[in-house]
Amino acid sequence: MKKKFFALMMTMVMVLSLAACGGKAETSAPADSNTPAQSGETAEGGSTFKLGTIGPLTGDAAIYGQAVANGAKIAVDEINASDSAIKFEFQSEDDVADGETSVNAYNTLMDWGMQVMVGPTTTGASIAVAAKAAEERTFMLTPSASSTDVIAPGDNVFQVCFTDPNQGIASADYMADNMSGAKIAVIYRNDDAYSQGIRDTFVSQSKANNLEVVYEGTFTADTATDFSVQLTAAQAAGADTVFLPIYYQPASVILTQAAAMNYAPTFFGVDGMDGILTMEGFDTALAEGVMLLTPFSADASDERTQNFVKAYQAAYGEIPNQFAADAYDGVYIVKAALEAAGCTGDMSATDICEALVGVMSTISVDGLTGQGMTWAATGEVSKAPMAVVIENGTYVLP
Amino acid sequence: MEFLSYLISGISLGSVYAIIALGYTMVYGIAKMLNFAHGDVIMVGGYISFCAISYLGLPGWLALILAMAVCTVLGIVIEGLAYKPLRSAPSLAVLITAIGVSYFLQNTALLIWKAAPKVYPSLIPTTNAQGESNALQLFNGQLSISYISLLTMASCIVIMIALTLFTSKTKMGKAMRACSEDKGAAQLMGINVNATISTTFAIGSALAAIAGVLLCSSYPTLQPTTGSMPGIKAFTAAVFGGIGSIPGAFLGGLLLGIIEAMAKAYISTNLANTIVFAVLIVVLLVKPAGLLGKYVPEKV
Amino acid sequence: MKKLRIKQHTRTDFLTYLGVIILFVVMNILKSNGTLSRSLTGQLVPICCYMSMAVSLNLTVGILGELSLGHAGFMSVGAFSGIVAAMSLQNIIPAVPLRLAVAMIIGAAAAAIAGAIVGTPVLRLRGDYLAIVTLAFGEIIKDLVNCLLVGYDSKGLHMAFNLTGSKTIDDLGMKEGGIAIIKGAQGATGTTTIATFTAGFILVMVTLFVVLNLKHSRAGRAIMALRDNAIAAESVGINITKYKMMAFVTSAALAGAAGALYGLNFSSLQATKFNFNTSILILVFVVLGGLGNLWGSLIAAAALTVLPELLRAFSDYRMLVYAIVLILVMLTTNNPTLKTFFSRFKLHKPTGKEAV
Repeated sequence: MKKKFFALMMTMVMVLSLAACGGKAETSAPADSNTPAQSGETAEGGSTFKLGTIGPLTGDAAIYGQAVANGAKIAVDEINASDSAIKFEFQSEDDVADGETSVNAYNTLMDWGMQVMVGPTTTGASIAVAAKAAEERTFMLTPSASSTDVIAPGDNVFQVCFTDPNQGIASADYMADNMSGAKIAVIYRNDDAYSQGIRDTFVSQSKANNLEVVYEGTFTADTATDFSVQLTAAQAAGADTVFLPIYYQPASVILTQAAAMNYAPTFFGVDGMDGILTMEGFDTALAEGVMLLTPFSADASDERTQNFVKAYQAAYGEIPNQFAADAYDGVYIVKAALEAAGCTGDMSATDICEALVGVMSTISVDGLTGQGMTWAATGEVSKAPMAVVIENGTYVLP
Repeated sequence: MEFLSYLISGISLGSVYAIIALGYTMVYGIAKMLNFAHGDVIMVGGYISFCAISYLGLPGWLALILAMAVCTVLGIVIEGLAYKPLRSAPSLAVLITAIGVSYFLQNTALLIWKAAPKVYPSLIPTTNAQGESNALQLFNGQLSISYISLLTMASCIVIMIALTLFTSKTKMGKAMRACSEDKGAAQLMGINVNATISTTFAIGSALAAIAGVLLCSSYPTLQPTTGSMPGIKAFTAAVFGGIGSIPGAFLGGLLLGIIEAMAKAYISTNLANTIVFAVLIVVLLVKPAGLLGKYVPEKV
Repeated sequence: MKKLRIKQHTRTDFLTYLGVIILFVVMNILKSNGTLSRSLTGQLVPICCYMSMAVSLNLTVGILGELSLGHAGFMSVGAFSGIVAAMSLQNIIPAVPLRLAVAMIIGAAAAAIAGAIVGTPVLRLRGDYLAIVTLAFGEIIKDLVNCLLVGYDSKGLHMAFNLTGSKTIDDLGMKEGGIAIIKGAQGATGTTTIATFTAGFILVMVTLFVVLNLKHSRAGRAIMALRDNAIAAESVGINITKYKMMAFVTSAALAGAAGALYGLNFSSLQATKFNFNTSILILVFVVLGGLGNLWGSLIAAAALTVLPELLRAFSDYRMLVYAIVLILVMLTTNNPTLKTFFSRFKLHKPTGKEAV
């Protein structure tokens, strides 16, 4: 008993000493990572705002959170280096794609003095944070959480990406218009809100469009190694089109396994599929003929996209995916809204929120993921999903 | 015909589980600890061989040897730093330490290799240069078995036989069995128990490297959390077959893969995992020490 | 001698209660005058839930002596049944504290039923085989909740099970104005968050009260006898199944209540939250706090919940540092030299912690 007591004391001492180290590091970290250290009015009469972002920087979904943090960072650096009157102080926090940790991350950012938020990244975490943000009136713009449940809690929650129903319906409509008579198989991830959300609207819309869904197969994070059973069943059901409302990593395994089985249907993906071509080691020949709906293409020829891709590669050594582009746009959308509302850096988060909510439905922003993006009062973005097909390793319009 | 296809999918998956389970069972049999970091050693093996093939341009077999060497060293280091000081501690303390090691390996991998998933260059490509399937075709192409699955199954059987021979014929193997039976008595007979356990970890980690290469070759994707789920499945497989028993791990792995594939094909893809675990529970209720485990389990 | 020992038990127990009460009061004072950071304020309810989870798991692992790797499964059952109860009783019980209490009781009851169903086969096994079966049950519960669709409308509760992956919340056939409570993989979203720190405090107190009383009762001594030597215990006429079940079901019920509180603290909750990693996390609290040592569990749960948040300053290295801390703590607390050193150091201080 005594020993245990002391063991425990040891633990506490360690924890506390670590906490002390943590505290010290915290005060120094923002100072050297951000150029304009002071918030509030700056010398030129411009304003500095504290902008925070949240996403999984560790764990299973780290790729998405890191992309969001990196994309936002590039936009912030660009803005701070420009002659814009609005500058940002930037901080990103890890949430491991978990609701509880995400709320903690949000509270940490609020302790830091966050005025506007571009985040969180994943759907489940975003819903938990959205409820807090709606209650406390903090302006929230999620780059990539696509469920309608995210924007439901309040009028101060907005999205950069299009919603799941939007994607499901657009996919079903596109198939009805261009691929009539298709026998469709759907393979989706059953423990993922994003995947299930798109699948649900896709199936109900394809019923309305008289499309034939011949097979539905699912997988979970625990069974995401092998897809040959689902593919064999889809093939046996005579499917000539396979709809994949999933992210690109499992999709890459599905494409490889289908090729190994000599099964070559038309694969049709959604925005989560973007990124498959730039996966390290991926044989792009496998993705030949894959169709997907995407708002962003890393090899688009316009100057802004190219600059962004160049900056991203220089800083992080990777080609940015759609998440990074959404976050990059998110920062510029916040900037546009702050300018339109005439906010200054000394305003409180709540005042900024009210001001921004007032102007969000009036502004129109050109970004990497869409031209002339506008927002409904619900928080939903209006931009057209673009259907592309992969040919010779690049996206082309069909 | 579909049934045969499903069966082959199941056997392919099962042989990957089996090969991981062999490593698990080795370590458990001798050190009596659930090494939850085993799955993450597999991941490290995958990354090392990935780097060797993609960045250094080494051939597959050399990459495999390199991965085995690195993982063996890693296994010995982990054992020496994290597990050896806890030899006399309660088994739960070792379990928690193993979990700490698992977090450590995952997060280190995240820092070194970044979060972006990588596509693993399979030892035997699944498609040839013309984009045609590179597999053994049976019944006029109605049934195909990829060569990598055949390789996995073959390696699995070879490893199982080699391990069985090793533990029954060699001096070190016999020392391992002695440690497994009774550490104190083994020590009295002049066996260096610490060295024996360290050797077991070295072998287990080398096996993990092989498992990593084969796992990533069959299901060509690699990220820092790649090892954790197959690790848990393989743990289940090892218990299924009777933990500590080498043929048991093999049998358990294969059955687990087949049950998973059949459940997906004929019952529900949603509940594939549930069915696998339900079968496990039923088996353990009927045979409380697993399929091939004896009531006083036969250890390695 | 015997009298003295009992007295020391009671003293430790009262000190534990007192510690929790003092902590609650201090936290409330800090909260009301605004010195507590928002980050910490936000963690108060989850910390209470984890404390309660740790104490209840300690009942299974420390007092009953069976390793359980699926404790998060019971938390899941409690959380989702609690959410369903709280959401569907919105109109019937308008008083929030009462609704929360009812939801937590329903969560506990549901988890107790799950505990009885799981316990019947599980407790026949031993050692690591028992551990793997609890792990299996945890995973099964996760998968089943993942397929669950629940909605509520004027006609009452609607429930469906998405076995083939082709059902959606629309298939429940709810009337206009119905609310979807659990939507399969999307989980419970839009939950009204009614959990409070006070409720968390009461939960911890009740958990402590139940577990401490069980431990010091006749039944508790029977349970501990089972842990130390099942054959000897059986030979003196202790009913193994009965006492094992008693401990296991109590533990599950308490986890269910904690789950319900946890679920009602966040407006979004997915079944995947309660996976193997969460079970392990709670086990870490228990082992670190000391098997059978309840106040140790409380401290370990609080410290390890706050730790990752304090490590945010390490940014990318956060979880790496957490892993290293975990390994070092396990190594230090089990180091024989340090143990002797501290126990010698300890002899000079009269503490009265000689219990157990």
